[in-house]
Amino acid sequence: MTGLQRAGRWIGEHLVLAAGLLVLVYMFVPIAVVMLMSFNDNSESRNVYAFRDFTWSNWANPCRPDGMCEAVVRSIEIGLLATLVATILGSLAAFALVRHDFLGRSVANTVIFLPMASPEIVMGSSLLALFVAGGFGGRLGFVTIFIAHVMFCLSFVIVTVKARLSGLDQNLEQAAMDLYASEWTTFWRVTFPLVFPGVAAAALLSFSLSFDDFIITNLNAGQTVTFPMFVWGVAQRGIPMQVNVVGTVMFLISLFLVVGNMLVTRKRAAV
Amino acid sequence: MRRGRFTGYWLMLPAGLWLALFFVIPFYSLLATSLFDPQGSVLTGYDVDYRFANFVDALQQFWEPLVRSLWYAAVATAICLVLGYVLAYAIAFKAGRWRTLLLVLVIAPFFTSFLVRTLSWKLILADDGFVVDTLQFLQILGDDGRLLATPVAVIAGLVYNFLPFMVLPLYASLEKIDGRLIEAAGDLYASPTRGFLKVTLPLSKPGVVAGTLLTFIPAAGDYINAALLGSPNQRMVGNVIQNLFTSTGDYATAGALSVILMVIIVAMVMLYIRTAGTEELV
Repeated sequence: MTGLQRAGRWIGEHLVLAAGLLVLVYMFVPIAVVMLMSFNDNSESRNVYAFRDFTWSNWANPCRPDGMCEAVVRSIEIGLLATLVATILGSLAAFALVRHDFLGRSVANTVIFLPMASPEIVMGSSLLALFVAGGFGGRLGFVTIFIAHVMFCLSFVIVTVKARLSGLDQNLEQAAMDLYASEWTTFWRVTFPLVFPGVAAAALLSFSLSFDDFIITNLNAGQTVTFPMFVWGVAQRGIPMQVNVVGTVMFLISLFLVVGNMLVTRKRAAV
Repeated sequence: MRRGRFTGYWLMLPAGLWLALFFVIPFYSLLATSLFDPQGSVLTGYDVDYRFANFVDALQQFWEPLVRSLWYAAVATAICLVLGYVLAYAIAFKAGRWRTLLLVLVIAPFFTSFLVRTLSWKLILADDGFVVDTLQFLQILGDDGRLLATPVAVIAGLVYNFLPFMVLPLYASLEKIDGRLIEAAGDLYASPTRGFLKVTLPLSKPGVVAGTLLTFIPAAGDYINAALLGSPNQRMVGNVIQNLFTSTGDYATAGALSVILMVIIVAMVMLYIRTAGTEELV
């Protein structure tokens, strides 16, 4: 290989990496802006789309905008409840699909893929049509949002737990049984700890999907206001800078959890 | 596979019921809603007779936002495919031990509120912002040109918001490729470009297909980007459906539009999968 070719190859290899990293940087530009704006003092200005002065006051008084913290709390409540139910139902279904053979298993596998592949506006409007037809049109709120969130989180939970489960070595369970562990003991001492990172990842994903959903929620919420709906409501009038504080905190917490889950998974894989 | 003939059913039952009740059956409700007669008499309410003309009316009235949605989603998907392929390729083949970290970074922005991120694009693309000023300085954009309230802003928002859905399946299929195959291509005197076109690209097809679908479908139904970054001239079909449901209360037309959108998407997906020829999906 001549020097020129080698130089060409070097540039080729590093160019791809550099271009990839550039795409990644692009993905973080808005996050950086959200973080920056959380320190913006725009109390003097009506233009909420420009950085004026540095201040800590948005962080010191995050709940100043009317109704924002209530909306955040409501989103957290719905998110936790929907995550709990979706994670339990979804994990059971994942076990059924990976470990048990039953009639209609392939149909079930297809149906699970569909909610991930349907446009949210169609899912949201069809659920609304059902609620209206069922006479719940006037009673939309917490319960209908909860039902919708469990519905769209389920598929993601099932797929995530399934992936973890099908990667497990079943010999470990066989070994436990050979050592006279009961089926129950085997499950709790061997299977569950091995599946746990997958379940945790699924729970994390479904909480963030629930917390973040706007399209389906907006159609089925009635008068109930979640955090994304609050943001939508104020977006026309000019957003309070505290919204950026919430965005930053969300980002930091989830990054922490994702990295934590990654480290736990890696540690377990190493053992 | 374990014993216990019915265990599988019991485990599947709760999730299956939930999806049947709140995902499958609602489609029937939507279909029924789309056939309501808006002029239904006061005495009999809405359930008088089926009115298929709703579909014709909805199409005549709203074909423009419908076509626009499909067009914007297609352009955004194409851009996502290029950007996503570069990123997924870099992570899969060039990142070495930084792979996992980079993958985490791909999903990380996804965890900050969709709406908050989209609003921050509004700030980035703002009229006197850095991006517009630079483009004006470079004469790419006229002196009174702007990005906000143009198709460019809406498509940029779509690309940004749905990029992770493209990167992850692409990465998954690239990662599975045996590096020795690419080496073999090199040993047989294929140039890197040729090796990529003849070996890597065909082997990554399942990822391309899955990523394209996961990007195109939600993008076609999205209305957040059009509402926040565009103007009424960039209105997409999602905006129309949302508006008809929540403000106008015209459930019949809204339902008909939803059904039309779903039918078009399903048809396009079938055609695409048949053309792309991937058996792993469906």
